[in-house]
Parts: sequence; structure tokens; C-alpha cells
Amino acid sequence: MKNMISTHLIQDRDVEKIVGKLLRFGVITASLVVLLGGLLFLVQHGAQSRPDYHIFKGEETDFITFDGIFKGLFTFKPMAIIQFGVLLLIITPILRIIFSLFAFILEKDKLYVVITLIVLAIIWGSTFGGLKI
Amino acid sequence: MTILTFTMILLLGAYLAGLIGSLTGLGGGVVVIPLLTLVFHVDIRYAIGAALLASIANSSGAASAYIKEGITNIRLGMFLEIATTLGAVLGAVIAIYTPTNTIAILFGCVLLFSAAMTLRKKNQEALTEGSKLSAVLKLNSSYPTPTGPVSYKLKNVGAGFSIMTVAGVMSGLLGIGSGALKVLAMDTAMKIPFKVSTTTSNFMIGVTAAASAVVYLQRGYMDPGIAFPVVLGVLGGAFTGAKLLTRINPSTLRIIFCIAITFVALEMIYNGYHHKF
Repeated sequence: MKNMISTHLIQDRDVEKIVGKLLRFGVITASLVVLLGGLLFLVQHGAQSRPDYHIFKGEETDFITFDGIFKGLFTFKPMAIIQFGVLLLIITPILRIIFSLFAFILEKDKLYVVITLIVLAIIWGSTFGGLKI
Repeated sequence: MTILTFTMILLLGAYLAGLIGSLTGLGGGVVVIPLLTLVFHVDIRYAIGAALLASIANSSGAASAYIKEGITNIRLGMFLEIATTLGAVLGAVIAIYTPTNTIAILFGCVLLFSAAMTLRKKNQEALTEGSKLSAVLKLNSSYPTPTGPVSYKLKNVGAGFSIMTVAGVMSGLLGIGSGALKVLAMDTAMKIPFKVSTTTSNFMIGVTAAASAVVYLQRGYMDPGIAFPVVLGVLGGAFTGAKLLTRINPSTLRIIFCIAITFVALEMIYNGYHHKF
């Protein structure tokens, strides 16, 4: 009995270590992509004058759809590269949840598999549910 | 002003925002909004988009360090994320119908509350008697201290869950991590030791922000020209802050910054009231 508890705890600690590494890897990758896009952006547009950020343009802006970002990415548009980095940053915590889902499945923790699925469903709904309005 | 100058000044400002956010425990996102709106006269909607990104970067960066120490309660975080993500989505919907001046006033109020919460007495006690629900949901756990692991149990799960939903709405509406509300739910309602509640709250902020981030991206709130210096600056500042925290005791600094933030909050409320946003 005692042995069972200790192996269970070791598994939990391993999962935590991997989650920690995953988060760090995601943030570093996203920052590097943003940095690359940002440097290209400064090289190409740095000398232009600052856009009117006090006027909100909203959806007239470029690179606000997945399609637009990927198309711009493959033509090396600096703004699209920055937005791709932004997407990577947003995806990092979501990947963490997906990883936890697998960890709970391996531990056969049904209750937490369901809880994790609910969280994923909410995020999925907001991302693809046309909440944009 | 050229884009290059603007980017460099904003990078420096975001670095300071990340540093202050980390030293006060408020998070970088909260400081980014007044910086962009009051100092750079950027529309508050762009500021909210940038703050959301700063919150995610901050949370993921800091959480990776805390998880390694084994203090974060992952099950508790996951369970409460149902409340915060649902709230965040609701907040992103409410945001469409809320005038920007109202958002600025609301932000000022949350900022005042957060500053007050940083200075409060912290819950160090670990409960030995938990509620039935906390056992059913497997939320009771233990955390390492220099004198060995300490077990803790929790209660008022329903109340904590409700406050978390409000925290989620604020997060979705204002683009901030609303760490203060999260800690209120865990410390005050659920009686969790503050080391566990602050790290678990930090862990949850990224997911909460991610739940509304894509909606804001699609609405055009996230401008690459602002996102680039803000994300990198805040991350750098938070990193320096975390290094500094191991060497200095920030209690005096914390009081100074909290007073400064109170003035910033009042200015946000004043400007919002006079329809300057």
C-alpha cells in the first residue's frame, strides 16, 4: 500500500516537470519568433512614422485570421511573423491542458479527464465559435 | 516619432512594467494598460490586446519555474479553470457591448482593489479539516517547505468557484490576469496557504487569458507593432524581477509601487469619467 502511494507521487512529479519544460519551451519559441518578425519589421518600416494607434481600426487590420497569418508567414511578411509568434504564445497554455489530459488518462483519473475536457471544450468553443461578432 | 523610436521607448516601458508587475505580484499585464493609454495615448482596445499577451507570457514564464518546485496544485488549477475560462469567454462577449470609458473606469477599480490586496495579511495556515467536496474533487494536497512537506485541506469550494468566475469575467473584459481576485478566492474563501494560492493562480492566468485571446486577435485588438515590444519587454522585466526577488526583500518597494499604482488607477477612473478614452 505504502509503495503504491509513493510510485503514484513520483508520476505526479514527473508530469509536473514535463509541464514546466513545455511552458518554458513554448514561451522561448514564441519570443524568438516575435523577435525575428520584429527585427525584420524594424528593418523594413523602422524609418516610417508611428501609426495612429489612438484610432482603433479593429477588423480592417491585416493578419487577424488564421488564414491571413499563414499566408503572410509564407511570403515572409514581418507583421505576419510577429502574429505567428503571438499565436504560438496563445497556444502554449492550451497545449499544457492537452498534455494534462493525456497525463490524467494515463493515471486513469476519470474525474479529471472529464474536468480537463470541459476546459478544452470551452476554449475550443471560444476560438472557433465565431465569438468575434 | 518614427516606428523605430516608438518601439524602443515602448520596449523600455514594457520592461519596467514587467519588472514592477513581478515585484508587486500584480503581473505585467496590469501595468501595460495604463502605460499604453496614459503615456502613449494608444486606444484602450489595443492596450487590452497587448495586456492579454503580456499576461500569458508572464504566467507561462513564471509557472514553469514554480511547477519545478512542486508548490502548484495542478488539480485545483484545472478544476478552477472551468470557472475562469467560462468567465473569460463571457467577459469577451460583454466587452462588445461595453463603452471604452466604462472599461477604463472598471479597470481603475480593479487596479485599486489589486493594490490593496497586495498589502493585506497573507494566509499562512494550512487547514487540517477539509470539506466533503474538496475530498471528492481530490483538491487536498501538500507542498514542500524547508522543514518538510506540509499537507493542507480546503473548504468553501462553491464560493471559491463563484469568485473565480468573476475573476474570469474581469480577465476576459479587461485583458488582465486578475491575480488579486484569484488569490482572494483561494486564500480567503478556500483557506489555501498563500504560497500555493499565488503559484496556482499564476499557473491559471495563462489558460484564462488564452480562452479569450483568440477572440480578441480576430477582433483586431492585437497589433503586431505593439505586441512585439510589449511581449519581449514584459518578459525581460519579469525575468529580472524574479532574479531580484531572490536577493532583496521587496516589502518597502511593494508599498511604494502600490501607492504609485493607486494614483494611476485614480487617473484611469478620472479620464474614463470624463470620456477621454
